[in-house]
Amino acid sequence: MTDPANVLPLPTPNAESQAFWDACTDGRLTFARCTACDAVQFPPQKSCTACGGETGEASEASGQGTVFTFTINHRAPGPAFAERAPYVIALIDLAEGPRLMMNVINCAPEDVTIGMPVRICFEPRGDMALPQAEPA
Amino acid sequence: MGTSKAVITGVANTACGKLEGSTCLGLHAQVARGAVADAGLDLGDVDGLLCAYSFTEPHPMLASVVAEYLGIQPAYSACVSAGGATGGLQVMTAKALVESGMCRHVLCLTGDNRLSGMAPGAAVAALAQFGHGQFEVPYGITIPAAYAMVARRYMHDTGLTASDLAHIAVTTRNHARRHPDAQMRKPLSHDDVMGSRVIADPLRLFDCALISDGAAGILVSAAPTGHGAEVRIVGAGQKNTHEHLISAPRDMQSFGCKFSARDAFAEAGMTTADIDVAEIYDSFTITLAIELESIGFFPKGAVGEAVSDGALDLGGSLPCNTHGGLLSFGHSGAAGGAFHVVEAVRQLRGEADERQVPDAARAFVHGDGGVLSAHVSLILERQS
Repeated sequence: MTDPANVLPLPTPNAESQAFWDACTDGRLTFARCTACDAVQFPPQKSCTACGGETGEASEASGQGTVFTFTINHRAPGPAFAERAPYVIALIDLAEGPRLMMNVINCAPEDVTIGMPVRICFEPRGDMALPQAEPA
Repeated sequence: MGTSKAVITGVANTACGKLEGSTCLGLHAQVARGAVADAGLDLGDVDGLLCAYSFTEPHPMLASVVAEYLGIQPAYSACVSAGGATGGLQVMTAKALVESGMCRHVLCLTGDNRLSGMAPGAAVAALAQFGHGQFEVPYGITIPAAYAMVARRYMHDTGLTASDLAHIAVTTRNHARRHPDAQMRKPLSHDDVMGSRVIADPLRLFDCALISDGAAGILVSAAPTGHGAEVRIVGAGQKNTHEHLISAPRDMQSFGCKFSARDAFAEAGMTTADIDVAEIYDSFTITLAIELESIGFFPKGAVGEAVSDGALDLGGSLPCNTHGGLLSFGHSGAAGGAFHVVEAVRQLRGEADERQVPDAARAFVHGDGGVLSAHVSLILERQS
């Protein structure tokens, strides 16, 4: 039997996030806006955290962002990630406003800096795809 | 100060470290009996029980489980769960229970044997699940990595350095060396910290809290019981701004500690200048640095120099974490933040032996849970 710690974790979509993850699988990063106040809502959920209004249909994001902060993580949470360590985990501010956590990939960890422009790419994982950041 | 404020009448802690043969419930019982004995009472006097949560005894009704183990049937019992803010939040909740007249004696218990009772690495893996299941955990987040991201941005914005953080680790270790129950009592040099292995850059091993077995008990009462100096809870405040790092305040500076402390000081009618000793959550060196500046004990950008000049030492302007904190005394889950309360009470009663801050009359205590997410501040005062 496979120990779950040996497998990279997959997100478990729920009714509110299924559309977000389906779009990722299609290679698209999408954000819903509030139908009442027009704020971009992330994480995807039915109610807007800014005003409590209902969120509407999601539209595709530009995929442009910058590194707000990051760490080079050496102590992995389990064997699956230990194979990748050291790896970069960053908070990425997307042009549309939301701040997402991603790995910065396709570059050396020591080349990552605060303020660095990045673009979104997708890492296939299981049947899904994870949004990731790479140097723009 | 009015005499209707809640009183902390008893405290107890176990030693911290690898306590072979310990169990979560056994540790709870040890500090339950210790805290009520410290107040000159027995368990039958307890009419309120607040527990928290445990990794090794993961029952969702831990307060009932603990009461059953102790053989008591309190009129009121509940679990309080706010990560590192739990100890402070139990005390804040107990304060409301006794000041409202609902209870006379509320026993606040926290403890876990997550060092001896879990496989190596299991506690780190379990703590990583505090991250957002869909939007953080898939990226290999850990609690140290989350705080490392906070640290890098804060250092970028304020000029705080890794060397400054190392001074915090050293100061805290020096405090722990004066506490017989502390887990880490060996000398620690600035070079030791700077040369220790990187956990999540910029945080190194000695920037991080320990993993410990241990427990803490705090008895909050409506009136003094006549045992020891009278320590009242004169101020309390709470503020939670987020749970997950992706939803933290955008500037990574406006954390809840600023607001919980403001409310606690307002209730007490005090300012930071009135505080003789501070016991402030130090899950990482960066946690303490940010909280000291956010609460207003030091101006923004000044904590690094202050710490290297000895401000947090016993003879400094703000003796801080005199028991050795989470960095060197111990961190056993929810009990981690409760140890800060226990130490503050001992300081105010003049029972802190060789780590005693002379004539300490007013203490500030702070806990935070999550990634600087949930904050509770307390102000305790010895009544003369």
